[in-house]
Amino acid sequence: MNDNLVNVKNVSVEFDYQENFLSKKQKIQAVKNVSLNIKKKSFLGLVGESGSGKTTLGKAILGANKISAGQVIFHDDDIDYDLANISKKELREYRKKAQLIFQDPYAALSPRMTVRDIIAEPLEVMKITKSREETDERVRDIASKCRLNLEHLRRYPHAFSGGQRQRISIARSLVSYPKFIVADESVAALDVSIQADILNLLKSLQQDLDLTYLFISHDLSVVAHTCDEVAVMYLGHIVEQAPSRELFTNPRHPYTKALLSSIPSIDPDDQKKAIELKGEIPSAMNPPSGCVFRTRCPHASQDGKEGSIEMGLVEVAPGHWVDRCGVNCG
Amino acid sequence: MSTLLEIKNLNVQFDTDEGRIVAVENISLSVNAGEVLGVVGESGSGKSVTAKSIMQLNPGNTHYNENAEIIMDGENTLKFTSKEDLKKIRGGKVSMIFQEPMASFAPAIKIGAQMVEQLLLHKPIKKKEAKSISVDMLKRVGISDAENRFNQYAFELSGGMRQRAMIAMALSTMPKLLLADEPTTALDVTIQAQVINLIKDIIKEYKMGVMFITHDLGVIAQTADTVAVMYLGAIVEKGPVREIIKNPKHPYTRGLLKALPDVNNLDAPLQPIPGSIPSPLERPSGCVFRTRCPDPTHECKEGHIKMGLIEVSPGHWVDQCCVNCG
Repeated sequence: MNDNLVNVKNVSVEFDYQENFLSKKQKIQAVKNVSLNIKKKSFLGLVGESGSGKTTLGKAILGANKISAGQVIFHDDDIDYDLANISKKELREYRKKAQLIFQDPYAALSPRMTVRDIIAEPLEVMKITKSREETDERVRDIASKCRLNLEHLRRYPHAFSGGQRQRISIARSLVSYPKFIVADESVAALDVSIQADILNLLKSLQQDLDLTYLFISHDLSVVAHTCDEVAVMYLGHIVEQAPSRELFTNPRHPYTKALLSSIPSIDPDDQKKAIELKGEIPSAMNPPSGCVFRTRCPHASQDGKEGSIEMGLVEVAPGHWVDRCGVNCG
Repeated sequence: MSTLLEIKNLNVQFDTDEGRIVAVENISLSVNAGEVLGVVGESGSGKSVTAKSIMQLNPGNTHYNENAEIIMDGENTLKFTSKEDLKKIRGGKVSMIFQEPMASFAPAIKIGAQMVEQLLLHKPIKKKEAKSISVDMLKRVGISDAENRFNQYAFELSGGMRQRAMIAMALSTMPKLLLADEPTTALDVTIQAQVINLIKDIIKEYKMGVMFITHDLGVIAQTADTVAVMYLGAIVEKGPVREIIKNPKHPYTRGLLKALPDVNNLDAPLQPIPGSIPSPLERPSGCVFRTRCPDPTHECKEGHIKMGLIEVSPGHWVDQCCVNCG
């Protein structure tokens, strides 16, 4: 019995890039040789700065980005979907099982549709329900699970606050009863008080509907509070992966340490200085050789600096994986 | 320390199709030179409107009350009407940095040209001098290769770099007051840490006053000296940052703190503030927070209590209604 829902194995995603129409075509590797197992009913956090490839990886798992190399397998009850070579017909089936929640609830909802129509649209597009009655029933069911009133269903999105809109957006993603949800910065645009509400909702829906989440976020404190397990990405690579508590109490990779120390503390007397990373994430067009983090590493070892160390995760404690270069220089 | 900015009894109202709405109600606050005032609150609480009032940047349908005063450097900026006077505060004595630096730079004009243009507007200097000031300022905020960056467009810079360039531009005229409206919200944590340190250093160096608007209490805790908590256009609590965070008196402040995920305490459950901020069209009478208050007193529920701050300990002011409830 396989207790993983998704197996990601040595996946790379490349994009074509051309500076202008005369110059040579180049490849940009947005995700490079990433392996990740997502357990059933887990809440896996994926963190990293912008440009680290979090969203690209999430989309690759959803079949929305082409996978250049490697394998993504989604294990459904009786069928396995191989995302790297999936047929159009299979992909249509797969869409019912795996869905995305967007960042901005203001941009994700059509202003011209009622909330009922917004939530019902996936059912109609995927031809899941046969009759209008059935559709209405499904919509009402999911709406109440997402704590929306029946009276809300008749209104248009403009009448709702940010938090309510995000609940509508979640209801729409869940109406096909998917098993796997990629939540891409789903609380980043919300105020803290509403953010807490949406996070609690995602948690309770996980219990109700047996969901598995890939939760993409750049906010580490949010991830620490909601996820069971966390993977840290940097420039297309996973540099560290561990159960949340382990990662936040005992980070090993210098990048993870720097990220954690950068979270502003709520205690004004806590004046610990953040480990300041010099500069910014390098361009993915021209990544450093060897360890990708070496250009910003505060204490790179000699081998690390020269770029002669190959990237690759090693297990330092049960379930705690760290890039082998970062183990030594941290 | 000298008071740099003093806002007294400011009301701001907007005319809309649905009627006149209250955006800011009877607030008073002050910023000293060399000090950071943090302003926190949810979206729609009137933080940005307050900041924009200082430079009269609110749209044409705005009404300020007659007896309101915004004293900046001894002059009431609300009474300014001539272009000359307004120029003195807009970008001269007061500068503002915004959340989204991409939207604040003109996309088709080089960054350097924009910096020089505003310097020439405010200072009686030559173009060459303006350029050298701008390049120095870019270097000062930690932009490497400043001479080349000077000749680039905003889209050629990364997010953190753009925000630095924005700060450099805002500071190049040596304003006395910096209004920072969510300057780190769109940035990654590592870049946020860099920008916060940069702003702190600059305040120390130039003895500037800063009004730092954000909804992130963690950022406030690390930057501000005093804090004002706003809700639906009113200040419900203000005081020194330590007092506000360690000893909050208003249920809204406490709610904000409880809703915040804390990495040092992973077991604490996240507690959202129940309900959502009412529409300004349905502004509650009496205490504005009563519709969401976890434990309102009877008089408060009825909306009989007038809003008004009282001092509970030196420098720590709380709305009089909510001292008793919650």
